[in-house]
Amino acid sequence: MALFIYLRVIPTGQAVVMSFFKWELIKPAEQFVGFDNFTNLLKDDNFRLAFFNTTLFAVATTILSVALALLLATLLARFVSGRVGSFIELLYFAPVLVSMVPVTLGWREIFNFQHGILNSGLSIFGIGRQPWLSDPNMALVAVVILSVWKQLGYNMIILLVGMRAIPRIYQEAASVDGASAWQQFRHITLPLLAPVTLFVIVITTITSYNVFTQVYVLASDVQGAPGRLVRVLVYDIFENGFRFFNMGYAAAEAVYLFLIVIVLTIIQFRFLKGSAT
Amino acid sequence: MKRRPLAPRIARGLVILALLAGGIAMIFPIFWLISTSLRPAPELLLVPPRLLPEKWTLDNYAKAFASAPLLLWLWNSLVFAVVSTIFIILTSTAAGYIFAKFRFPGNNALFLLVLATAIIPFEIYMVPLFLQVNALKLVNTQIGLILPFLVLSYGIFFMRQNTMTSVPDELLDAARIDGMSEWGIMLRFVPRLLAPAIAALAILAFIQAWTAFIWPLLILSKPPLFPMELGLSQFANTRVDFGLTSAAAVIAMLPTLIAFIFLRRRIVEGVTLTGLKG
Repeated sequence: MALFIYLRVIPTGQAVVMSFFKWELIKPAEQFVGFDNFTNLLKDDNFRLAFFNTTLFAVATTILSVALALLLATLLARFVSGRVGSFIELLYFAPVLVSMVPVTLGWREIFNFQHGILNSGLSIFGIGRQPWLSDPNMALVAVVILSVWKQLGYNMIILLVGMRAIPRIYQEAASVDGASAWQQFRHITLPLLAPVTLFVIVITTITSYNVFTQVYVLASDVQGAPGRLVRVLVYDIFENGFRFFNMGYAAAEAVYLFLIVIVLTIIQFRFLKGSAT
Repeated sequence: MKRRPLAPRIARGLVILALLAGGIAMIFPIFWLISTSLRPAPELLLVPPRLLPEKWTLDNYAKAFASAPLLLWLWNSLVFAVVSTIFIILTSTAAGYIFAKFRFPGNNALFLLVLATAIIPFEIYMVPLFLQVNALKLVNTQIGLILPFLVLSYGIFFMRQNTMTSVPDELLDAARIDGMSEWGIMLRFVPRLLAPAIAALAILAFIQAWTAFIWPLLILSKPPLFPMELGLSQFANTRVDFGLTSAAAVIAMLPTLIAFIFLRRRIVEGVTLTGLKG
């Protein structure tokens, strides 16, 4: 327990305390600055950009990965079973378990401007080469694609487990009453699945807001500085804290990140509770 | 046997085909990485690229091993993940058992604290954590690397729930009457009853440590100490030779891929049981 308090509770409390100080690596607790860190952050272009990018990324990744996972889980639960079913599940689940850095390097090749297979593939459809990894907007799209790919299988498995827990008898009763497949999905599966869906949405949102590794590896800027092309919140914290040694400032930023995550979680709980009843 | 009407069967077949095609697209990036790593240099620049190399070669692997301490990094990752997993299992099982079965002052408050920290992402407190480790002079050491990975709030919560559902009080009382010591019960008897939950937690803890990235990046700057993920990213960051980086990436990926192939059922079960990813 002491270990737990030392490693979890104290750092978290400390993060809040530090956020009110001008705190540097070599000069800790130098000066109490009240809410200055927080207000300065709001005026900081880097922070605003990071906030904007991360939000865009999180919204896109969450919507895409949950919607696709819902579609996949529904199709799998309805049409496929047995060995074929578990084989297909495995294919979708594989990206979840291979570690992030190697697969990001694989995607880096796929996205390559000159000879990446994605641009070659797109040219078949008459779409010109896209600067996936050198244009900030395209790089954000690339990171979203990679992250949806990585998250999809996890969401699918969790939703699938949830769907299989719904007693078949409901669907059978509904189809006896003449409900179409869509009506069954809309009025039986979706409401009964709401808690599981909520869980998946919350987890994906939190994970997405803390995105770092794939951005760090995939999106180097022209000078080769990793992660700078698509600035995300954790990267910005990392840079402020560990490149500029502005620890208090970085801690304030972490507190913002925490507030965002908490607020989003509460909103999602409220919203889904509202729609379920 | 009554044959089902034709139309739904065709629809079912099409859905399965579409799902299979999607699934193959899902593993394509992994396949592509392996395929790239086996190409000789001139073939890397072909436009459009071929699916499989024309001339297969292992040169990239030889070069990768020669230019980076890949085996050392793998070893570092393994030690890191194994030690972290063992500690997390010990701390989580013991703390979960105590929370589930004993009443003591502050029990509830303390448990709420565990629950609260379980949902706080690591990134939130990594700055102060770094300062703590720095104060202990453990920056750039294996111990500093491993320290935050000795406990897992979620693990304590998870083991508490499992102890409550699958360790009945009657069994504990029976063990006490049989003369087992409290320590013996906590360290030997209860874990045996919780074996499936422990296996699930072990998988979660192992994946979490193996894939850890930002903490090693903060705490380590000496390449010989790097775990695989960090080593690979720093290695690839300074190089543009795709054959070389792909080979290194495949080496880094291989252990997880092999573990996945052999343990896939267990891993999928573990992930759904704990509901959390690393």
